[in-house]
Amino acid sequence: MSGVRVLVGTKKGAFVLTSDGKRTKWDVSGPHFAGWEIYHVKGSPVDPNRLYASQSSSWFGQTMQRSDDGGKTWNTVENKFVYDGVPGTHQWYDGTAHPWEFKRVWHLEPSLTDADTVYAGVEDAALFKSTDGGKSWNELSGLRKHGSGPRWQPGAGGMCLHTILIDPTNPDRMFIAISAAGAFRTEDGGTTWQPINQGLRSQYIPDPTAEVGHCVHRIAMHKSRPDTLFMQKHWDVMRTDNAGDSWSEISGNLPTDFGFVIDVHAHEPETVYVLPIKSDAEHFVPDGKLRVFRSRTGGNEWEALSKGLPQKDCYVNVLRDAMAVDSLDSCGIYFGTSGGQVYASANSGDSWNAIVRDLPGVLSVEVQTLT
Amino acid sequence: MIRVELPSPLRTLANIAGEISLDVTGTVTVRSVLDAVEASYPMLRGTLRDQTTKQRRAFIRFFACGEDLSHQSIDDPLPAAVAAGTEPVLVVGAIAGG
Repeated sequence: MSGVRVLVGTKKGAFVLTSDGKRTKWDVSGPHFAGWEIYHVKGSPVDPNRLYASQSSSWFGQTMQRSDDGGKTWNTVENKFVYDGVPGTHQWYDGTAHPWEFKRVWHLEPSLTDADTVYAGVEDAALFKSTDGGKSWNELSGLRKHGSGPRWQPGAGGMCLHTILIDPTNPDRMFIAISAAGAFRTEDGGTTWQPINQGLRSQYIPDPTAEVGHCVHRIAMHKSRPDTLFMQKHWDVMRTDNAGDSWSEISGNLPTDFGFVIDVHAHEPETVYVLPIKSDAEHFVPDGKLRVFRSRTGGNEWEALSKGLPQKDCYVNVLRDAMAVDSLDSCGIYFGTSGGQVYASANSGDSWNAIVRDLPGVLSVEVQTLT
Repeated sequence: MIRVELPSPLRTLANIAGEISLDVTGTVTVRSVLDAVEASYPMLRGTLRDQTTKQRRAFIRFFACGEDLSHQSIDDPLPAAVAAGTEPVLVVGAIAGG
């Protein structure tokens, strides 16, 4: 019997939502780690019972959790993240040099081939790797030391490494994204990196076409086309078909091209989802209407999906890690809001239901398709 | 035995029901007490002080015998009543957040 497990990180704990393949009735368990910020929870594609969670608090800092039974029980693992060598400085908001300081883990990306290997994207931006199930972490410092590091600067949410994509056809090739530095690619398993920001244009930086400095909010990939990436930038929705060597804008007819999330249909590599947010000053959906926009043409032509979503007096935000898709035959789409709702569509976005609606503000949503 | 009271989120994290009692060797100081806490409860490493610099986390305070010990050297001896086990060290999460 197939089913899905939705892993929800919120400002005050984690929740695990489960359903069978019909995705009509949901069981909600949690809060796990009540009172703590859970930036991200993600399961291993190799062993679905292996989950990793990033748990943090302004008082008590960063803690890491691991479950080996699908989220029923959890154990703390190593939370020591030490930058390799002398960390140096990056740019601060005012342009001055600021020392690199570890703050929290934003994103966890388990390996596609080994349940004990997991990558962590952290603030201040760096990439760490564990090959022992989270018992120890080592920085892949070639990214931070690639040369442009001293010119990276934080976005409003901090200087975070928030996106990690692993090429399913070549585990040595990965893509990451940092706010507000941009996107980077490695071809050698993380030893060396190059910025892949050509074609991005950001009016808010001194050189709008600079090599780094772009506030990339999220990148998504379809597993069958690892050279094609879709990006929600601070403003602008973008795509590349050459693994980031060049990008072109696909915002098309979107009501606003500001937003955080972007994702790709599990079975249709040219079907893309975004959730437009009014602006960087007004972090809520435009016109009081919660709408997902879907393009079946790889961008430029977008249709609003609103059936089952509030279309009046709605002013929620949807953060960058808070959308995911399942891989059941009729692809399920999920997203969580700052208002604590988690919405799901079991028909590729045609209609939506709130599977839970009064959680703490949602920081992240991941989905596991269980067989 | 040295008595230590931890904030409730850390008691939950470490699966502790109430006050804990610890053996501390040598002079009883904030450093030696935290060393003993972290040795017995490794999941608390980094939650009270930075793992590398040993600096107290900004929103953590240490009290004992009615005194705020947060700003004294972590190597200063703690009050005799703490060393004798008649008074606990209180680890407190600062009231913050509005």
